[in-house]
Amino acid sequence: MTSDVVEPATPTAPAVGVAAVPKPKGRLRLSRGDKWVLALLLGIPAFVHIFLVWVPTLASVVLSFTSWNGIGGLDRIKFVGIDNYRVLVTTYPPFWPAIEHNLIWLGVFMLIATPIGIFFAVLLDKEIRGTRFYQGALYLPVVLSLAIIGFIAQLFLSTDQGLVNGVLAKVGVAPVDWLGNSSLNLWAVLVFASWRQVGYVMILYLAGLKGVDPTLREAAKVDGATEVQTFFRVIFPVMRPINIVVLVITVIESLRAFDLAYIINRGLNGLELLSVLVTNNIIGEASRIGFGSAIAVILLVVAVGPIIVYLTRTLREETR
Amino acid sequence: MTATSQEIATTAVKKKGGIRWSRVALHFFLFTMALVWLFPLLYALYTSLRPYDDTSKLGYFSIGGAYNLDNYIKAFTDGHLPSYFLNTLIVVVPAVLLTLILASMAAFVLSRFSWRFNLLFLMLFTAGNLLPQQVIITPLFRMFLLLPLPSFLSDNGLWYDQYFGVIAIHVAFQLGFCTFVLSNYMKTLPQEMVEAAVVDGASVFQIYRRVIMPLVRPAFAALVVLETTWIYNDFFWALLLMKSGDRMPITSALNNLKGNFFVDNNLIAAGAIIVALPTMIVFFAAQKQFISGLTLGSTKG
Repeated sequence: MTSDVVEPATPTAPAVGVAAVPKPKGRLRLSRGDKWVLALLLGIPAFVHIFLVWVPTLASVVLSFTSWNGIGGLDRIKFVGIDNYRVLVTTYPPFWPAIEHNLIWLGVFMLIATPIGIFFAVLLDKEIRGTRFYQGALYLPVVLSLAIIGFIAQLFLSTDQGLVNGVLAKVGVAPVDWLGNSSLNLWAVLVFASWRQVGYVMILYLAGLKGVDPTLREAAKVDGATEVQTFFRVIFPVMRPINIVVLVITVIESLRAFDLAYIINRGLNGLELLSVLVTNNIIGEASRIGFGSAIAVILLVVAVGPIIVYLTRTLREETR
Repeated sequence: MTATSQEIATTAVKKKGGIRWSRVALHFFLFTMALVWLFPLLYALYTSLRPYDDTSKLGYFSIGGAYNLDNYIKAFTDGHLPSYFLNTLIVVVPAVLLTLILASMAAFVLSRFSWRFNLLFLMLFTAGNLLPQQVIITPLFRMFLLLPLPSFLSDNGLWYDQYFGVIAIHVAFQLGFCTFVLSNYMKTLPQEMVEAAVVDGASVFQIYRRVIMPLVRPAFAALVVLETTWIYNDFFWALLLMKSGDRMPITSALNNLKGNFFVDNNLIAAGAIIVALPTMIVFFAAQKQFISGLTLGSTKG
């Protein structure tokens, strides 16, 4: 490890550091029976995971170069080269709006939800009285299903029965179609998506902050640094591992965004997202397997970057 | 060393007279934010207690009228919520158990034995846990329509539209996260215990079952809480891999409370509170496990 600043930070983990135990790996003499047991212990879960996660991932890539409407056997699959991708970027109307909306989603998460979450974490790290209550309240939305959050959003934003329009009516403002207006609904939905994301980031960051060496803070204080300076110059830089995790999670969560948009209007009319486009091409009468897969591959390509960043972190600790 | 630095810190605090005021301001700010964050749920709770007729007369931004549990009764009976709760239970219990058992098996091998492909497998599990579900849904959907299943597991002979299929994808997908967390956890256990067991002539399976498994209980507790919540909250897998309306989980049952031509937000509010309640109870009962499970997966590794 390059620095020992970030401790495991897990209340349940034993205090034994990984590095402290030199692992005499492979010194065990294994009998033939033991080797079989080992193979099964790893083989069964690995098979389940690979068969249902990685085989479909590869199949997505392969199918994206084919055309198949799902009717008839696998022999009806026709290889069409990059046709699906060409149609996607040139003539498929919801594609570019979906890209734009996913980017806006990412932007709001990265520039608004994440900083707010970090800010809350820093405040809660002061260990003041009532921290448990504050932490619980801010974190509560994270345990809710996104489907429920979609319905709660409707309680606030629906045109006739929403609270927001109810308040506006009292001050004489005409009702606004928050969820139907295609230039408003994405932002309205993002308020509720962020409501949840802030708590998520806060908890991750708080765990990281607990692991920061307290003497760093004290040293900064002795040097006369203000709290803001201490955070940006001292704490934030040593939090790099957590910052990377938060960044990766932010990108992945923005790509996964689906439930809220689907609950509110099935991801149409202003709420197009890549994830919804994928599913729209397989549900319903005319499924376009190859085409849907091409959209999935675009999701995959974007996700690969953060996944690699995350893995290299794991790898580095692993080979240490 | 720590004693002196603590002294410096405390004297610094004492010298500053304004410190109390900043504490008050901090409390005020955090309390306000906590209320803002709780407000959507409090509002849902409030609305769920009011009859539709009263809110349509007085408006949703109002007080007064009757307060009762009628919406809850209606949601339970008209929305058939108990049978959807049962559907969710049928998926959640086996999925969580299988995920944890399988993950502990893989994590045991990956963390305790040196093997050429350890790193590769760990990478697969970790990366698999980060994939957006939509990347795999198209081929998975077709696989579920093609794969056969014996009749005691599936009444249509397929993986599609079956509890088995939904349980299987939950297990496969969550295995990534749980294996990653558990193998990190197992690496922190002292190797001497395993060595002692080997000296005593224990087999590999006995080491797994009798030495390692009892020690990972805290991590297990955290993962049970987390996985139960996540699988309970799932909307996506069931939406795409189930077809029969009467097999859908509780999270999609809320849609049934929406009429075709008429929406009753008070009823929906009651439904949302009912569906949210189990996860909120789990969270309040096991906040520590919940949070430690999440951070176990992120801060290490």
